Amino acid sequence: MSVSHETAVSATDTNVTRDGGGARFGGARVRAAAATLLPPLVLALVLIGAWEAYADLGTTSSYVLPAPHAIASALWQNAGLIAGNLGTTTVEVAAGIALALLLGFALAVLVHLSEPLRRAVYPLVVGSQAIPIAVIAPLLVFWWGFGVLPKLVVIVLICFFPVLVTTVDGLRAVDRDQLKLLRTLDASRWQAFRFAELPAALPAALSGARIALAVGVIGAYIAESQTATSGANAGLGHEINADLTALQTPRAYAAALVLFVLAIACFYALTMAERALAPWAHRQTGETH
Amino acid sequence: MATELQSRAQPIERPAYDRAIVLSAVGRVFDDRRGTPVRALRDVSLHVDRGELLAIVGPSGCGKTTLLELICGLQQPQDGTLHSEAAALMPQRDLLLPWLSALDNAALALRIAHVPRRQARERAAAIFDELGLAGFEDATPAQLSGGMRQRVAFVRTLLSGKPVLCLDEPFGALDAITRAEMQEWLSRALAREPRTVVLVTHDVEEAVVLADRVLVLSPRPGHVVAELDVALARPRARTDAAVTALRERALDALASASREIAAASA
Repeated sequence: MSVSHETAVSATDTNVTRDGGGARFGGARVRAAAATLLPPLVLALVLIGAWEAYADLGTTSSYVLPAPHAIASALWQNAGLIAGNLGTTTVEVAAGIALALLLGFALAVLVHLSEPLRRAVYPLVVGSQAIPIAVIAPLLVFWWGFGVLPKLVVIVLICFFPVLVTTVDGLRAVDRDQLKLLRTLDASRWQAFRFAELPAALPAALSGARIALAVGVIGAYIAESQTATSGANAGLGHEINADLTALQTPRAYAAALVLFVLAIACFYALTMAERALAPWAHRQTGETH
Repeated sequence: MATELQSRAQPIERPAYDRAIVLSAVGRVFDDRRGTPVRALRDVSLHVDRGELLAIVGPSGCGKTTLLELICGLQQPQDGTLHSEAAALMPQRDLLLPWLSALDNAALALRIAHVPRRQARERAAAIFDELGLAGFEDATPAQLSGGMRQRVAFVRTLLSGKPVLCLDEPFGALDAITRAEMQEWLSRALAREPRTVVLVTHDVEEAVVLADRVLVLSPRPGHVVAELDVALARPRARTDAAVTALRERALDALASASREIAAASA
């Protein structure tokens, strides 16, 4: 009798522990999410708080440094205007990065396959990165006018370089023994490229695109301010420039804040694209996440 | 008439059409990274019959890999003559492509031969079933153990459709237990899919357990110093008295070759 009673108690105990375990597992999930989100949030709040306090001291004019609350209200009041400009800039950045990725990748492949071409093209490409856009901006406008095209050209010029360099390195990093093995399987040059080099270069190109993104958003700003711009949705860069000359500093900051968020969003979009397109490149490090 | 001329040009060795591989007095020198010439092979003569498993043992750096690359046509001999049927190489490292599944890696040679992907995968899957790899088709190389990766690499070599397989220390990087399993697996695989095999290894026991015949190479420049016939029934236990006796003979040949080289260079 007492034995069966004990059994019943221990069974209940087991259930209780199991439920407790489940609840703890759910709690662990929440805690893990908090651990990911909390540090950047706390840091952002501390920085914004310090900024607000400094701006409220009144030692700087609000034309020079608007307080965060002023920026927030400028963003709120001009949401429609900024959203329209955001659309234009997003299209420019996305199309620019995509084109830079294609162009950088194609040029990297050509340079990889032909040593004379590499010798001919590389110095020119490196040098071209030093040319200030302001120098060639009038020419771009002369050729392509006031539309999106000259801006796209500027962004692509700025962004294709990191893609080119990382892709060339990715293509070169392919194991020599791997290529030798393909040769014993009677692979043609094209097949060696298609089966070994192309997939190896893909994550490298996408890494290049992520690096390019940081300069790409600045590139969009430069493009919009250097090549003449007209129309209602002329882009965030144009908006910022116009606001700064009109002493609409809070609105300029609000537009800059939107650029800031755009860069972060594009960066994570590219990271996710890389994980989807080249999962093998993350597998080694993936286990620690 | 032509035959007569040919036999006069090569009086020692008549062309032997029952042989998959014939090397006569093959020598090979290559430049190392600093441009110093290194003699990898000296006066190597050997033959491999169709369907035979020849093991070549030797100390590291005795030109074993060079020998396999010559047979596979990746290098050309500078001295002597070489005849070989089409040979596929299974390198020491598995070199599986990380972006392809196990099955797609195994089917690589078929894809290169322009077999459509579906058909190539079907043929590879049939071999997977036959050789006990069923269930691993969709695993990526990163998910496979070292032994499994070598098995997939072997199937890839097998599916190249070439009559000769050159295996370069295929189990060298594996732990002892896995290596023993792999040797058994290879024996079974070759019983089902007979090929002419040249197995290069530094493991004398492996050579004696697997091969029909064992050649012992001297240290660089590689030169054949002993030939052992392994006329033993399969499967062979490594503890078998005949196996251990042959192993001792091969080790003795290796040791005396090393002593001679050391004496010559002293």
